[in-house]
Amino acid sequence: MKIAVCIKQVPDSWAEKKMAGGVLDRANVDAVLNDLDEYAVEEALRIVEANSPTKEAGEASGHSITLISMGPERATEAIRKALSMGADDAILISDPALAGSDALATSLVLSEVIKAGNYDLVICGTESTDARMSVVPAMIAERLSWAQLTFAGKVKVDPAAKSVEIERITEFGNQVMSAAFPAVLSVIEKINEPRYPSFKGIMAAKKKTITTMNLAQTSVASTAVGASAAWSTVKDALPRPPRGAGVKLTDEGSGGEKLVEFLVEKRLA
Amino acid sequence: MSSVIFLVDHSGGKVAKASGELATFAKSIGESIAVVFASNPAEVISQLNNISVDKVITATGDWDKYGPAAIADGLAQIIAAKKPNALLITSTATGKEIAARVAVKTNSGIITDAVGVDKDLITTQSVFGGSTTVHSAVTTGISVITLRANSIEPVAASSTPAVEEFAVNISDAAKLATITSATAAVKGGRPELTEASIVVSGGRGTNGDFKPVEALADALGAAVGASRAATDAGWYPHSHQVGQTGKTVSPQLYVAAGISGAIQHRAGMQTSKTIVAINKDPEAPILEIADFAVIGDLFNVLPQATEKIKARKA
Repeated sequence: MKIAVCIKQVPDSWAEKKMAGGVLDRANVDAVLNDLDEYAVEEALRIVEANSPTKEAGEASGHSITLISMGPERATEAIRKALSMGADDAILISDPALAGSDALATSLVLSEVIKAGNYDLVICGTESTDARMSVVPAMIAERLSWAQLTFAGKVKVDPAAKSVEIERITEFGNQVMSAAFPAVLSVIEKINEPRYPSFKGIMAAKKKTITTMNLAQTSVASTAVGASAAWSTVKDALPRPPRGAGVKLTDEGSGGEKLVEFLVEKRLA
Repeated sequence: MSSVIFLVDHSGGKVAKASGELATFAKSIGESIAVVFASNPAEVISQLNNISVDKVITATGDWDKYGPAAIADGLAQIIAAKKPNALLITSTATGKEIAARVAVKTNSGIITDAVGVDKDLITTQSVFGGSTTVHSAVTTGISVITLRANSIEPVAASSTPAVEEFAVNISDAAKLATITSATAAVKGGRPELTEASIVVSGGRGTNGDFKPVEALADALGAAVGASRAATDAGWYPHSHQVGQTGKTVSPQLYVAAGISGAIQHRAGMQTSKTIVAINKDPEAPILEIADFAVIGDLFNVLPQATEKIKARKA
């Protein structure tokens, strides 16, 4: 099997975020591998391990895991982390022209790179913790005309039959969905517990190949990407006025009753 | 006049309250057209008479077999025929995926998780845990917008909209993934988390005992939420997690019990209209954004509040 995992470097989700000129200020915050992508990397590793004669990922497994990411040069830091978990190699699409791309342009670039790679499965996290749109996996499936198996809480792959079955988990219930290869998957954070990179993994990752592509090396036109090609525009972004200072009291035996009095006054109880 | 189509969200034959919100937004923009994908549309249509709908388009098909890709096909075909100015969908996991595919199919821009949209199709989003308000607009194609539940009070209306049946052709690409079985979410007696007008959440401070949280939730008719610390510890199901990597809620009232209020959690609840916090730690960040904060033990405060509410209702 050839598996691709789409990953993204994002501002640390524990850091305060700010806007700069209508887009997220990425320059002045720590950047990390998107939390939710770790589950996708882990799931890819588990799929390969379950179908490897050596029970390990890597060349001897007969399968491969390629990370695909779009972002600035510094995204190699996040890529190295995913490589140290055990992925085999990576492609980074990096070009100044891509700055400010919307989800539509991002999915276009990723789809073109995926198309060139002849993969059986593409695995994504459900969303990035920065934009939080949760639309790119569905857009990739739409663009590639591949099966969309998203929000998976369980994945079962049958490499011999070239088929995959997932349990889709959403707020409205669970569905079992199946499809033949190739398919685009997204996995929810409940699916597994991502491993910490081992020392061996970290050392091995230093030698793994990250292929950097610029936009010209994809088949996407520069007019289709970047801020100027975005199909939506931010009119303004204003800090929300701070919430007015609320009432704060220490419970001296009637805290619960006072709470209810507040709710009654606000017509909430 | 502008026309706006919106996707009617229904499961088990019951129309979601959020669909009434979409109708209200649609009507404020122009002609409000409800689109119903259902195997038994009559049951769904009968529930649209009390929301702001000018027209209903229904399509029957194997929606339960093919999922979001097929519904996106249907919407794209309806958009091509009817040429509306905008498509509104509720911001659920599935809703956003459908919107994503329609945006690609119709060469349209997309805005997700809006909390409002005005008559000029300018959206309002609340981002970065509610710390920033963003106004945006789609500039290409039709405006594909997903709106969070609880963004607006649905306007009740009395309407007998005309119903048009539309023949949708589900593409081969949308048939690649098939749904082989489905189980509806286990519904307790409590409202759905993202739709509830009141949410009571528990965190690390519960030490794994959610009984006082659930009791207060039931007294208030509220949904139960949990912080990541509580779901990671296995104290409460992951599906109830509120926060950056969980659900985003925006209820009239959010009660945070034993939750410190890390940015991760605030990202999922900071746009709640009224926030009440109970925490033993006077330094807990949640107290800074609460409209009403009690510094104390939730195991004392919550039961007392629950009893008082029950007594008032008795």
